Amino acid sequence: MNKYLFYPGCSMESSAKAYMESMNAILEPLDLRFEEIEDWNCCGATEYLGINLIPAYSLIARNLALALDQVGKMNGTDGTHTVVAPCSACYLNLAKADHYMQERPSLGAKVNEALAAGGLSYKPGALDVRHLIDVLVYDVGLDKIRSRVVRPLHGLRVAPYMGCMLPRPDYKNRWSDHEHPTELDDLLRALGAEVIEYPLTTSCCGGHMTQIGPETAFELIRRLVADADDRGADLMATVCPMCQMNIDAYQNEMNHFFGTDYHMPILFFTQLMGLAFGKEPGEVGIGMELVNARNAMARVGVEVPLTQEPAGPRKKDEGLPMPRRWTKREVEKEAVK
Amino acid sequence: MPQMTDERVLSRLREEDLSLLHEVSMKTAGVSRLEMCIQCGTCGGSCPSAMDMEHTPRMLFAMLRAGMRDEALRSNTPWICVSCYHCVVRCPQEVHIADVMYTLKSMAIKAKLYRDDIAPHFSQTFVDMVETYGRSFEFGLASRHYLRHFPLRMPGMMPMGFGMITKGRMGITPKKIRRMDQLKAILNRASQLELTL
Repeated sequence: MNKYLFYPGCSMESSAKAYMESMNAILEPLDLRFEEIEDWNCCGATEYLGINLIPAYSLIARNLALALDQVGKMNGTDGTHTVVAPCSACYLNLAKADHYMQERPSLGAKVNEALAAGGLSYKPGALDVRHLIDVLVYDVGLDKIRSRVVRPLHGLRVAPYMGCMLPRPDYKNRWSDHEHPTELDDLLRALGAEVIEYPLTTSCCGGHMTQIGPETAFELIRRLVADADDRGADLMATVCPMCQMNIDAYQNEMNHFFGTDYHMPILFFTQLMGLAFGKEPGEVGIGMELVNARNAMARVGVEVPLTQEPAGPRKKDEGLPMPRRWTKREVEKEAVK
Repeated sequence: MPQMTDERVLSRLREEDLSLLHEVSMKTAGVSRLEMCIQCGTCGGSCPSAMDMEHTPRMLFAMLRAGMRDEALRSNTPWICVSCYHCVVRCPQEVHIADVMYTLKSMAIKAKLYRDDIAPHFSQTFVDMVETYGRSFEFGLASRHYLRHFPLRMPGMMPMGFGMITKGRMGITPKKIRRMDQLKAILNRASQLELTL
């Protein structure tokens, strides 16, 4: 039984519930035990850092301080100095705070001054911050994962989407490559899935731009979805709640913006692991995605019960004949003329 | 990019302008290495959202070196940065480019020099939620933000919002941490502190 400290992050309890459920479903088969950091708080995502530096780092560091306290109370089992985060943004923030507090001692001192106001302290470098897939691939190992597979995902064509904040900036040199890491590919192959060549694997999903500059975000989402579609993927697999949210929840709006009709489901890699381990779709949160994965699941013989789908934009087929909506490219072409 | 006449260049040879680069570097977490920029342009060439930026990162860093404080802080570039760290891992001088962008955002907010208020408001609303609950609160954040800045986008987004709620992916009540008093004390103290060398 390998024990780790666990920092869920806000989205695991809301938009990425499917990630949380599927992760919990695979822990036991892999002999993993996660102990949640007591009373953890939000990491500030990519928002707080751009507002006020010391409070932003103090917010992150409170989690590290609480985790370190908890380590002290657990009297040292193997792996207990490791904090596991399943969200790429949380992982990066925690790792970044730990790293920069060492690189710039004055940051460490100021943050500790703030933490002291809450009776806490953190010694930079005392914890090891790692992402869930890092622990699964490098601690648990692909052999063990392969040995748990009872329903191989043969014939399912998956685009492995790592996203940006996981392999970069990579303060501790954990990943096989910064731009084309293969950890997710290897893991999906261990499940029996057919992994397609996906050069955009670490391209950005748009991050918070879906909220503040949708046109910038839509183009980034379009590239990812269009490329996965061109290469014949049945679905995309992700390791990050933000990537899942942007590609899943905003795909409809993106289609509307460009006049396209892509249907590219995106699931968390843990959902595919759960399925391969023989779990039922409902146990691993399948059906919670907005771009449904029903057809993709049918390829591996998994039947997803029908749930009520949110209605898309109303189609006015029977109305007056209207010219087709132009795509952005057509608009640009016309402008050049 | 505004034209700089000789007179304007001369008038900028004041200490506070020449030290702009150092100020930004100083205020950035870690050791930013901004001073080491060799203007190679790898950053802009690697950037997925450069097409929407007024200045590529390279140009922006040159403006910092030239002491163009207002122009640099008014640039939309830091607000378009998606924090994907492509430039960071490719930069031959290992400049902490994404973190410099965070610093420029906070300086622009302090100097009230941003032109488009959507992004600063979004960040501030997010931070307000975190400072109140200790957790992010997507429903509150989204409704406040869209009502204020994208009311026309709301009808088109209803199906998505409805889907998120019915599928249990977005709670309509916030979650709050237990020791909010402790977090508030930490953040209060932190807001009085400044990063030094």
